[in-house]
Amino acid sequence: MIVLLSLAWKSLRNRLLTTSLTVLSIGLSMALLLGVENVRVGARESFANTISQTDLIVGARGGSLQLLLYSVFRIGQATNNISYESYQHWKNHPAVAWTIPYSLGDSHRGFRVVGTTEDFYQHLRFRRDRRLEFDAGRSPQGVFDVVLGSDVAAALNYKLGDKIVISHGVAAGRGIADNDHADKPFTVSGILKKTATPVDRSLYIQLEGISAVHIDWADGAPPMPGEEVPASKIAKENMKVEQITSFLLRCKTRIATLQLQREINTYKEEAMQAIIPGVTLQELWRTIGYAEDALQVVTIFVILVGLLGMLVSLYTSLNERRREMAILRAIGAGPGKIIALLVLESGLLALAGCVVGVVMIYGLSFAFQPVIEQQFGLYVPVQPPTPAGWLYLGTVLLAGILIGFVPAWKAYRNTLADGLSIRV
Amino acid sequence: MSAPAVLLRDVRFRYRSGPEILDIPELTIVRGERVFLFGPSGSGKTTLLGLLAGVLAGYTGSVEVLGQDMAKLRGSARDAFRGTHIGYIFQQFNLIPYLTVRENITLPGRLQPARGKQAGDVTAVAQRLGIASLLERGVTELSVGQQQRVAAARALLGGPELLIADEPTSALDFDHRERFLELLFENCALTNSTLLFVSHDRSLAGKFDRQLSLVDFNRAQRQEPAA
Ligand SMILES: Nc1ncnc2c1ncn2[C@@H]1O[C@H](COP(=O)(O)OP(=O)(O)OP(=O)(O)O)[C@@H](O)[C@H]1O
Ligand SMILES: [Mg+2]
Repeated sequence: MIVLLSLAWKSLRNRLLTTSLTVLSIGLSMALLLGVENVRVGARESFANTISQTDLIVGARGGSLQLLLYSVFRIGQATNNISYESYQHWKNHPAVAWTIPYSLGDSHRGFRVVGTTEDFYQHLRFRRDRRLEFDAGRSPQGVFDVVLGSDVAAALNYKLGDKIVISHGVAAGRGIADNDHADKPFTVSGILKKTATPVDRSLYIQLEGISAVHIDWADGAPPMPGEEVPASKIAKENMKVEQITSFLLRCKTRIATLQLQREINTYKEEAMQAIIPGVTLQELWRTIGYAEDALQVVTIFVILVGLLGMLVSLYTSLNERRREMAILRAIGAGPGKIIALLVLESGLLALAGCVVGVVMIYGLSFAFQPVIEQQFGLYVPVQPPTPAGWLYLGTVLLAGILIGFVPAWKAYRNTLADGLSIRV
Repeated sequence: MSAPAVLLRDVRFRYRSGPEILDIPELTIVRGERVFLFGPSGSGKTTLLGLLAGVLAGYTGSVEVLGQDMAKLRGSARDAFRGTHIGYIFQQFNLIPYLTVRENITLPGRLQPARGKQAGDVTAVAQRLGIASLLERGVTELSVGQQQRVAAARALLGGPELLIADEPTSALDFDHRERFLELLFENCALTNSTLLFVSHDRSLAGKFDRQLSLVDFNRAQRQEPAA
């Protein structure tokens, strides 16, 4: 066996060019396969870690997916708000560590405007333990200060000190003039660093800011002429926050989560619901994760092509090697050893291909991780192969060995037919 | 141990879908004999050697080599027998191109441990054949004559009882041919090996103990006029 292994190795080394090309092609397809796997895992992780350290999301009773979508992804709208008193009640609950309130419903040129508090900048976590950071400026200090998510700032080319007007409603992109809160412009006070989460695609003002722009509105309609309250008359102290849309909640202990969830869901004062984000995120991922499968199918074909290349290169080399096989037979190598030799060769090729693939993907993800994160908001982990990755590696190795039996069989037939007469 | 080196009786052989190549009623080669086998091209000399080496199967009759009935050996046992007891030299291109001279010479011993045990000193054999200085070279860097001596060294190492050489000198010039033969004889005498030497070159025949013409004892070829 050792002899055959060293023979196989030396024979491969002897055909260095074809060997390295074959290894390269297997390695490339392996890297692609592992890369797709990494992206898949990265996408899932990024998704699952869109928010972290949040134990519960609480809003008015309704669909749990809906609550997740508008609270985390800023998609869709809440049908009902919850009262500020209820929020205060839960905020002060002894089991609660912190809360982040969200007040939704306004927008600016297609981007959502979120009313929130200083807690948002203090407590929000994503990708396990990352917190919000400012690219420029700081959190809103006044009622008419606004902080921009990085995508918003980039897309609209805003800088600190710019004045912007927010619109009532979230109808995408359409600034209906009637609905503008044009009389109460906001000043950009801060721009957040990119997080590669939906945070980047919103604007953030104080809860009081939301109250302020609606102060002279009645029943969702703009004020009658003459009844407008000018911005100059508005001070934070005078603003009363009456309701919010939802809030994120962190328990002091993990164990308290389920208990608290039950308490909120059965709260007598107001119809509320609390969801565990991880569970609902998973549900959501399952419905949109089919794209993964499509990717995977493609890469499996890539692998097949790589292995086929190996088959072709081994097979075509056999004609040049008939002489070698006859010599091996003459000095006592039986058909079994001839077969073993070729199977070992293809096994070695596949192994080398796998190693090259792993090294390549390590290097590539290491090199391109920041770019990918920047450009696509996708955090691709640099990590040893996942269980699925190992499975791929094992499968390719096995496939390589099995494929080796094809040229091995051909070589075996050759040696039987040739006997000791050497054909060139 | 008086079993002859080679004993054939009523042997008939044809390749899978071809005409009968061999039909040999009787052939005996005693131990230690140096036999010169000749015959026209295509007469079946290489085929006969393939039978003796146990590479070709599917013959009728009996082939005994060194007292061993080849038909009784199955598969890997036959390969092991060949690897252990028989040294084989081809006409040319005897060597595995991606191994060094030393690796080529020692390969039979590594493939068949039994042969390996008997194997003596590589350097000593190489010295006798005048290739000691080439041992670590790649075989593709050798001249044809050097290659043939490496092939001889490989066939001789481990002192196989039967040495089969299929036109080993046809690629060599006169001087090299003479020297090669001398070395072969010398080494055979040293290990007391039987030598079956195939060649077209009848000028060499005189140096052997016995000259065999394949067409004389092979009935198959007589019915077919040589092309
Ligand atoms: N592997 C094979 N398959 C089928 N036919 C073969 C095979 N090897 C040889 N033959 C045929 O068997 C016959 C004898 O061939 P063989 O090689 O034994 O001749 P030879 O006496 O060694 O000739 P040469 O002196 O040219 O080497 C030839 O007609 C040849 O075509
Ligand atoms: Mg021949």
